[in-house]
Amino acid sequence: MSASDDPKSTGQATGGAERRFRVVGTRPVRHDGIDKVTGRARYGADVSLPGMLHGKVLRSPHAHARIVSIDASRAAALPGVKAIVTGADMPQVSGATEQAGEGTSNPRWLSDNILAKHKVLYTGHAVAAVAATSPHVAEEALALIDVRYEVLPHVLDVRRATAQGAPILHEDLRTQGLPTPSDQPTNVASVVLFERGDLAAALRAADVVVEREFDTAMVHQGYIEPHNAVAQVNPDGQATVWCSTQGAFDVRHFCAQILAMPLSQIRVVPAEIGGGFGGKTTIYLEPLAILLARKAGRPVKLVMSRAEVLRATGPTSGSHIRVKMGATRDGRITCADATLLYEAGAFPGSPVWAGAMCLLAPYDIETLRVEGYDVVVNRPKTAAYRAPGASNASFAAESVVDELAARLGMDPIELRTRNAAREGTPTPAGPRHRRIGSVEVLEAARRCPQYLSDLNAATGDGHLHAGGALTPPAAKRRGRGFAIGFWFNAGLQSSATIGINADGTASLVTGSPDIGGTRTSCAMIAAEELGLPVEHIRPVVADTDSVGHTDVTGGSRVTMATGLAVYEAAQDVKRQLCERAAALWKTEPGAVRFADGCVVASDGDTPKLALAEIAKQLGRTGGPVVGRATVNAQKATGAAFAGTLVDVEVDVETGKVDVLRCTVIQDAGRAIHPAYVEGQMQGGTAQGIGWALNEEYVYDDEGRLLNAGFLDYRMPVALDLPMIETVIVEVPNPRHPYGVRGVGEVSIVPPPAAVANAIANATGVRMTTLPMSPPRVLAALHAAGVGVGREETRVAAAT
Amino acid sequence: MALVFIPAQLRHLTGGRDRVDVAGATVGELVEAIDALHPGFGARVVADGELVPALAVSVDGDLVSGGLHETVRPASEVHFVPALGGG
Repeated sequence: MSASDDPKSTGQATGGAERRFRVVGTRPVRHDGIDKVTGRARYGADVSLPGMLHGKVLRSPHAHARIVSIDASRAAALPGVKAIVTGADMPQVSGATEQAGEGTSNPRWLSDNILAKHKVLYTGHAVAAVAATSPHVAEEALALIDVRYEVLPHVLDVRRATAQGAPILHEDLRTQGLPTPSDQPTNVASVVLFERGDLAAALRAADVVVEREFDTAMVHQGYIEPHNAVAQVNPDGQATVWCSTQGAFDVRHFCAQILAMPLSQIRVVPAEIGGGFGGKTTIYLEPLAILLARKAGRPVKLVMSRAEVLRATGPTSGSHIRVKMGATRDGRITCADATLLYEAGAFPGSPVWAGAMCLLAPYDIETLRVEGYDVVVNRPKTAAYRAPGASNASFAAESVVDELAARLGMDPIELRTRNAAREGTPTPAGPRHRRIGSVEVLEAARRCPQYLSDLNAATGDGHLHAGGALTPPAAKRRGRGFAIGFWFNAGLQSSATIGINADGTASLVTGSPDIGGTRTSCAMIAAEELGLPVEHIRPVVADTDSVGHTDVTGGSRVTMATGLAVYEAAQDVKRQLCERAAALWKTEPGAVRFADGCVVASDGDTPKLALAEIAKQLGRTGGPVVGRATVNAQKATGAAFAGTLVDVEVDVETGKVDVLRCTVIQDAGRAIHPAYVEGQMQGGTAQGIGWALNEEYVYDDEGRLLNAGFLDYRMPVALDLPMIETVIVEVPNPRHPYGVRGVGEVSIVPPPAAVANAIANATGVRMTTLPMSPPRVLAALHAAGVGVGREETRVAAAT
Repeated sequence: MALVFIPAQLRHLTGGRDRVDVAGATVGELVEAIDALHPGFGARVVADGELVPALAVSVDGDLVSGGLHETVRPASEVHFVPALGGG
């Protein structure tokens, strides 16, 4: 059943491939659904062990300060306090950056972020942790820890942080990536540069040049479930950690690294996860739980509050970006020049490199220069967030492309199509695009119902007025905007095993924490290959001692890469079943094949055996059948494109922007479970609209976060958004047996630019700062003289 | 000969050239060959016998995981690009 066949679908599938599937493309109920809707699913905070203590973390009240001394003696004397740890309890670890999981990691910076040693670098930076017999006693003990600080000047903004005389966060930090290494202390951790062609000549030759500067705010992933960890350490040093994570093997690796423990001494059990979006690909509480449990000799649980999550876990970067593009009169974008400065937070490692690589990736541009700076500031260390770095970059580039289209008098999608990257087009960093679906996404956008609709017909819930198009009130201006976005998608390593049960059902074990329904998508792949109903596959997410190494649930990779391991494990099962049948039939394994859930002899005479029938005979044909596979799926990745089409209504008297209608068009390669694909598309779009219109970290003059709660950190809720329509495009990834690309991230890339383009279309005013909140929009409208007369009247009346 | 694209920040080591044709069966051999032509190149992309952690290598459009040990074909296109993470 394709997405378009399902009457409940909000979307439609286009393209498609030739192979006919039995399970892939259907919409079965998720295996973990009952547990989750009935509250039985066990999340990290649900874990409780006999004798367990409760931990709390003392956090810095200062944005930047030297730790002069820590005196925990009064806290230690409080009845019920069983252990206290400070930076002095953390082993000294290497300061060398290394490859880890999806990206790079520096153990010393990671360790210093988990527990400050000599300096605190942001408000909320952990300074000490306490384990006590109750959360209340632990909380009380925190107030008894005396920390003396020498407060230092702080810096929150990338431009100020890169200016002469800025406060320096790390005296030993030196800029990496300079042609000539510098020995000057700096807040610029690294520089990246992509350059090809003669930019100055190309700009001189261009008929139209548009240049803009953009600012985007630091935003948080906003997952519902706060971070948590429970640790138990045996007298022999063996530790077990239960936690909410996107990657149990990374938790194990990072904990082992910064606590100087062998990997074999740590078992990490991934609990159910209440959202991550990239923010749970690193560690915060896990090593503290191990240290406290080891010191106390009892299990310890730590659970963050919402305020701690916002203050002390990784949001994604705010940024300052300049983009200049040139084009010919006939709509050919000939050159681009961009500079990106991204906030890394307190330690190096912003996603500026990804931003630099994604900024112009949708286009075939001959001459370009893209320069990116990774800048440390006194904010929490950034972490991954859905297509990290790409939304900032896309906001800037796609705004400029839209303005070019307006200057050229061209349809914005037509301009994008004329300049679209195709298979073989060099990316900004150099490597050529493989088979990609950028053009197909643009074509599907032009065919989607919203694009073909009257802008004034939307009611805000995606429906039409009964009487047809309406004229909005004079103070409300409507506009339509479009933007396209690119994301690489990741491959990395995965493992899977499939055990065949005696009744012909199967158990499926993977190591990929299930954020978006991947238990079921992986089970569907196993069911497709083995000819079983998907309900006959029981998918389990295993701990680090129960499955082979598996990299993080991130990079949109699980259905693609862990799914590939499942596919290969199923081939292993089929091979073994053919061997068993061959033994029964006293023939060669090569004379037996597996088809449609049965083993079949090639002689055509022997009756075929269904999987369930041969499963009954495993004991007497050699024992259990367990298929296994491990993959490094790096060469099977398929990049993704998504387009966002959005209709907005701008109230020029208040600056409020309402999203009336929104469609996301995305190349999934192959939609294994279309409902889950649509869910990812809608979720990423909703987050992108929140990023566009409302979300931002707000600090006071002392560098204290003022909106560390969901009442003040304003994420969109259901009432803020229409039903987001979806169009799944399927341009199969040729390196994956089903054509899967991965769908979890790219839909967050284009929404900020699409909303900005819609506002420009509605009002003629180009917004260059995120979020485009009512005060900012109003100020921009006033600066442009839009709605000023009305505003003057209203203000005059109010005063 | 494989075609190796030189990162913009290292082109001062190759006299401004943005690409170099060199022979080699692995990425590591290509780096050695470039270093022989343009001394100093190897020291910027290799540390402790491995590709520096900040870099990834692309062979014929694929971000590969073999680093210096990755095999290349005579007509391969090789790029050094920043190592990335996802969400």
